[in-house]
Amino acid sequence: MQSIIQIESLSKKYKDADQYSLNNVSLNINEGQIFGLLGPNGAGKTTLISMLCGLVKPTSGHFTIDGLSYAGQSSKIKKIIGVVPQEYALYPTLTARENLHYFGSMYGIKGSDLKDKVIETLDLLGLLKFADKQVHTFSGGMKRRVNLIAGILHKPKVLFLDEPTVGVDVQSKNAIIDYLKVLNESGTTIIYTSHHLAEAEDFCSNIAILDRGRIFIQGTPSTLINSTEDARNLEDVFISLTGKDLRDDI
Amino acid sequence: MIYKIWMSIVKEFLLLKRDLGGLIILFIMPLVLVITVTLIQDSTFKTVSDSKIPILLVDNDKGNVSKTVFDNLEKSNLFSVVTKIDNKTITEDIARENVYKGKFQLAIVIPKDLSSDLQAKVDQNVEKIVSSLGLTDSTTVSDKRVIKEKEVKLYFDPAVQMSFKNAVMSSIDKMISQIETKSIYTTFQNQLGGTSDFEQKSFISFKEIIPKINNKEVRPNSVQHNVPAWTLFAIFFIVIPLSINIVKEKSQGTFVRLRTNPVSNLVVIIGKTITYSIICMIQFYMMVAVAVFLFPSIGLPSLNIEGHLALMSIVALFSGFAAIGFGILLGTIASTQEQSAPFGATSVIILAAIGGIWVPVFAMPKIMQIIAKSSPMNWGLDAFYDVLLRNVSFLEIIPKISLLFLFFILTTSIALFYDKKKRAV
Repeated sequence: MQSIIQIESLSKKYKDADQYSLNNVSLNINEGQIFGLLGPNGAGKTTLISMLCGLVKPTSGHFTIDGLSYAGQSSKIKKIIGVVPQEYALYPTLTARENLHYFGSMYGIKGSDLKDKVIETLDLLGLLKFADKQVHTFSGGMKRRVNLIAGILHKPKVLFLDEPTVGVDVQSKNAIIDYLKVLNESGTTIIYTSHHLAEAEDFCSNIAILDRGRIFIQGTPSTLINSTEDARNLEDVFISLTGKDLRDDI
Repeated sequence: MIYKIWMSIVKEFLLLKRDLGGLIILFIMPLVLVITVTLIQDSTFKTVSDSKIPILLVDNDKGNVSKTVFDNLEKSNLFSVVTKIDNKTITEDIARENVYKGKFQLAIVIPKDLSSDLQAKVDQNVEKIVSSLGLTDSTTVSDKRVIKEKEVKLYFDPAVQMSFKNAVMSSIDKMISQIETKSIYTTFQNQLGGTSDFEQKSFISFKEIIPKINNKEVRPNSVQHNVPAWTLFAIFFIVIPLSINIVKEKSQGTFVRLRTNPVSNLVVIIGKTITYSIICMIQFYMMVAVAVFLFPSIGLPSLNIEGHLALMSIVALFSGFAAIGFGILLGTIASTQEQSAPFGATSVIILAAIGGIWVPVFAMPKIMQIIAKSSPMNWGLDAFYDVLLRNVSFLEIIPKISLLFLFFILTTSIALFYDKKKRAV
């Protein structure tokens, strides 16, 4: 498979920080993969995803997405990526439909094409009958699903998801995961962070475990489990690599 | 890009439509403000009987002078003279106590024997002059008493403003001078045998030359002054909802999402600028409509916009741009609504104060006059007055509206630059 994201020696040190949040990370993500970035709090997952989404500038190193670099090709990259942030990045007083029309239009989707895509995706994620309700009246799970739709209306080539199922009920979680699998089958590469290790084990085709700004291990879930002594699942691999110490971070 | 701007405008209007508090700030408060302030300021200068200010008069003189003062005060239509409280004649002590407690704003105490002593002093002086000219047989003054100068005492409520004090003191001074002059003329006339025909009317009078438009005198009224000033103040209050709107986008995460979309911050800013410019113009036309159509029915003069509406609209639009630029800058720099809302409100009030909305710039201290020239509200107000009161052409307001537009460009550019720097984490 062809590599769609190539990361070379990427590092990030924030102003006034003592340590690197990301330290000399190199990684290749192939087209069509569902790639899980896992790690404890402060491991560097959000920093890495933020850099790949163009929100944070690297201190050193570089990366390309589909052969494109943010230096000079920022708008081209933004057209082929989709981002689903961890917080509900929606206008609470707008309806689901109004939110999606607005964010879809920012990708240049217009007219009946936009309307049809919004209806189709709302329907797929079980939200069509709530399309004209204001988002602030929605449950956490419903907001998560609208949040997801806002990032995928333009059928991105690469989709970044930061904790897409945090704080939702099982039904919403299943609906989101099922839809993401359909999306992946249609050709979208997915890069995903989560603390739900069982979910990641089931969902991801490849996984990298980060800690203290470095990638500790990378491979398919089964490879990682098999290569770790006494590991029965991904959680055992995770604990054996990152330890049991609390990782409170501010 | 145009489609994205259009969708941004639609989104902004939808957000505003569902924000009741924001709508009240944008449309209802400016109307309440302009009506209230114009009513208050108009009544200050109105000479209607129900707005007379009661003042105390302590008459220790009981002569012609105190009677003339009383009559003139009553005739002035500004004051109603109170000489008794609870059917008791007022003494100086009672007057002082009532005024200092704020029950009355002013007490005038006419000293004892003012009329007779004034007449005696004038007689002495006139006799001296007449005899020195050899117009009488006698060479000596008949009354040789030493007459001391008299003092009319004024007691003011400490809460009374300096401008009111000065106005009252000046009109009483004028009244006393007239009485003295009249007394001198009358004495001369009597000394000269009562046959001379003295013209006692003032020789010098004042006439205000009022500017004419189409050969018609246009006399400015309080509405012509107040409506532009308070309209401008209201337009600038757009800073608060606009900055809150931007801060909310940051805290809701929608701003971050937009940064990952193929849309530049400039498109977002243009969308907001167009939306809020439309809001400014709606505010402006609402206030003008109220001033033209509603004011006459509540006893205020109507705003005369004859031939001025187009230029006034241009000034309102550019003033709106300046306010929007300031709002965008504030919203970009502030991290929370707790920062942007109070800072926005306070800074608009400061800009209004130094811009001459409350106190005319020419009445400010020299240093403040220089500072006033740096307030966009001053540029806007001056441009409104140019159009509405000085009847200037479009060419003459170009410098002022250019300053307003430059202010918009400058503040928006700083906001974009600041945002770009902040993104480079």
